[in-house]
Amino acid sequence: MSVTVIYTIATLSIIGTSAAVILFFVARKFKVYEDPRIDEVEGSLPGANCGGCGYAGCRAFAEACVKAADLNDLNCPVGGNDTMGSVAGILGLEAVKKEARVAFIRCNGTCDHRPKTNIFDGADTCAIAASVYSGETDCQWGCLGYGDCFTACEFDAIELRADLGVPKIIDDKCVACGACVDACPKNLIELRKKFPKDRKVVVACRNQDKGGVARKACSTACIGCGKCEKECKFDAITIENNLAFIDSDKCKLCRKCVSVCPTNAITEENFPPRKIKEEKKEECSTAK
Amino acid sequence: MLKTFKKGGVHPPENKLSAGKSIEVLPLPASVFIPVAQHIGAPATPVVGRGDVVKVGQIIAKSSSFVSTNIHSSVSGKVKKVDFQADSSGYPKQGILIDVDGDEWIEDIDRSEDLKKDFDLSGEEIVKKIQDAGIVGLGGATFPTHVKLVPPKGMKADILLINGVECEPYLTSDHRLMLEKTDEILVGIQLLMKALSVDKAVIGIENNKPDAIQRLTEKTKEYNGVSVAPLKVKYPQGGEKQLIKAVTGREVPSGALPIAVGAVVSNVGTAFAVYEAIQKNKPLFERVVTVTGKALANPSNFRVRIGTATSALVDAAGGLPEDSGKVISGGPMMGRAIASLDVPVTKGTSGILLMEKNESTREEMNTCIRCSRCVSACPMGLEPFLLMTLSEKQIFDRAEDDKIMDCIECGSCSYTCPANRPLLDYIRFGKGKVGQIIRSRKK
Repeated sequence: MSVTVIYTIATLSIIGTSAAVILFFVARKFKVYEDPRIDEVEGSLPGANCGGCGYAGCRAFAEACVKAADLNDLNCPVGGNDTMGSVAGILGLEAVKKEARVAFIRCNGTCDHRPKTNIFDGADTCAIAASVYSGETDCQWGCLGYGDCFTACEFDAIELRADLGVPKIIDDKCVACGACVDACPKNLIELRKKFPKDRKVVVACRNQDKGGVARKACSTACIGCGKCEKECKFDAITIENNLAFIDSDKCKLCRKCVSVCPTNAITEENFPPRKIKEEKKEECSTAK
Repeated sequence: MLKTFKKGGVHPPENKLSAGKSIEVLPLPASVFIPVAQHIGAPATPVVGRGDVVKVGQIIAKSSSFVSTNIHSSVSGKVKKVDFQADSSGYPKQGILIDVDGDEWIEDIDRSEDLKKDFDLSGEEIVKKIQDAGIVGLGGATFPTHVKLVPPKGMKADILLINGVECEPYLTSDHRLMLEKTDEILVGIQLLMKALSVDKAVIGIENNKPDAIQRLTEKTKEYNGVSVAPLKVKYPQGGEKQLIKAVTGREVPSGALPIAVGAVVSNVGTAFAVYEAIQKNKPLFERVVTVTGKALANPSNFRVRIGTATSALVDAAGGLPEDSGKVISGGPMMGRAIASLDVPVTKGTSGILLMEKNESTREEMNTCIRCSRCVSACPMGLEPFLLMTLSEKQIFDRAEDDKIMDCIECGSCSYTCPANRPLLDYIRFGKGKVGQIIRSRKK
């Protein structure tokens, strides 16, 4: 072996060793303490990084959880109560049970109900269509149907239905992260309480025009007649600006409002069929 | 060599079909819908209600702030209701629906056609009268004229530019006005000069209107301080900043108003409205509208009462052609397609353009190949392809840094794009969002 090789190996070894020694002391001197629980909490989270919790990703949420004194204001909508339970277990805190939520598109303006009165041929996004004009139908409040919510959803929980013209939420996949709520320029999407068997009774309309105008634009628009408000025994329904709204936290799913609604603006989903007497109404609501 | 602005610009086919047609008065409609927001700024507040009888020229909605104007009734008759109806913005807006009954004008208005040259009003009095008459920029932007005439503190105008460019293809209303109301426009210019206390005014006209240039050049000899500047044809020369650059060579800095370089720009239509308001006491309740289109039987220039439905204009010009694709309020470059023929004529409606289906259909969008045609076409020196991408990806902070707010929405980028990309659609959307962000920051 030539001397050069020996020198080379020796020099490199010395540099390596001394660097290791320096790095060892530097690392000890500048050590940043990080709570090991952050990693643990992060590991128990779904890892979707959807931002539904209000933080910039799962890591940021984990840090917030570890810092927090209690978990009242923290919730991972994707993981739900199970995940929050395990987070609480790691941190030794008490988990607060949160009611599961699910998104709902408050427009039933399908092609049958809401005829098109003009054609839009601009860029294919709801945001741009909404910035240009009120839409292809006479209803200025309703769904535009270009699918900004579909693009925003990271969980494939929204289905674009060409036959309907209005997207549908797939309840099983929806985690209530709220991405679609922000994406909709018409503010149609609401996060509602999730009932057993995905049952729901909702005013599927956002039209705040006067009854006549609303009805002209869409045969299933809410005309603000107030019948449902009178019928409701639980004060769950309020009427504001010619529009009924059912508070899902107060609603007991009695379905009385559905029967009195003259325009079928109130829809019920996932209920067993009604008795024969009311068969006709049932047909209408499933035909949507 | 003729003057023009330097940066960018395009040359769309001119198609001035109605240039040879003199201005006709459109018969009174059966009813009018007069929106209360026909200008930039706060909407006016209605001061009449259901059942009230109004006369032509009566104030029916009062301005509530400085940047706003009064709205006057354009017809006489009974107010049917105060209601909401879609205007050219595409959204229902508040307005006043009036059933026409006869044609009774308020007494103050001088209805004679005689030219009245002399005036002995001070600058303030002129501005006050313009404000009361509800005059806005009639070129299409509808910025209240009285606001322009009161420069912010510390700024002073030294030149008044009169916009007779009419660079939008198809439109001829300003052209006809310059030919038929030459003296009136020139008196209006004198009034505006007095209000601004400037002693120089230049009328910019593109040289595709040689008759207007000749007529105005002859007439300006009778008026002190007014001259005509013939300009080389290039779109969008009618843009405020482009016109200033073309005529004076001054460049308005990014984000600033024309007054920053000592210029105030007004349209010839506005100058005519100023003449009528001050010399004839006639508030702004009618305007000249070009109704045009290749398939239209009889392209015309009409003098129309504000609030008349678009359908009445189309019918008067020969009816809606069979294969109409789009009806556009304004010109083909900057106008907006309207969704219904019930949309009323407002102070900002310079034309109604009926496009055939094959002309108006958008072609399929392709990917951007970075040919940078949009960059060379942009009269504001922006990078439209970049601004489109930033708006699409919603990166609004960078769009703001890249001066998206400087865009004048002339549409040269979309016009020139070989890949048919809807550049302006996205930029306009981004501009709206960035504008919101800036306003929320100020609060």
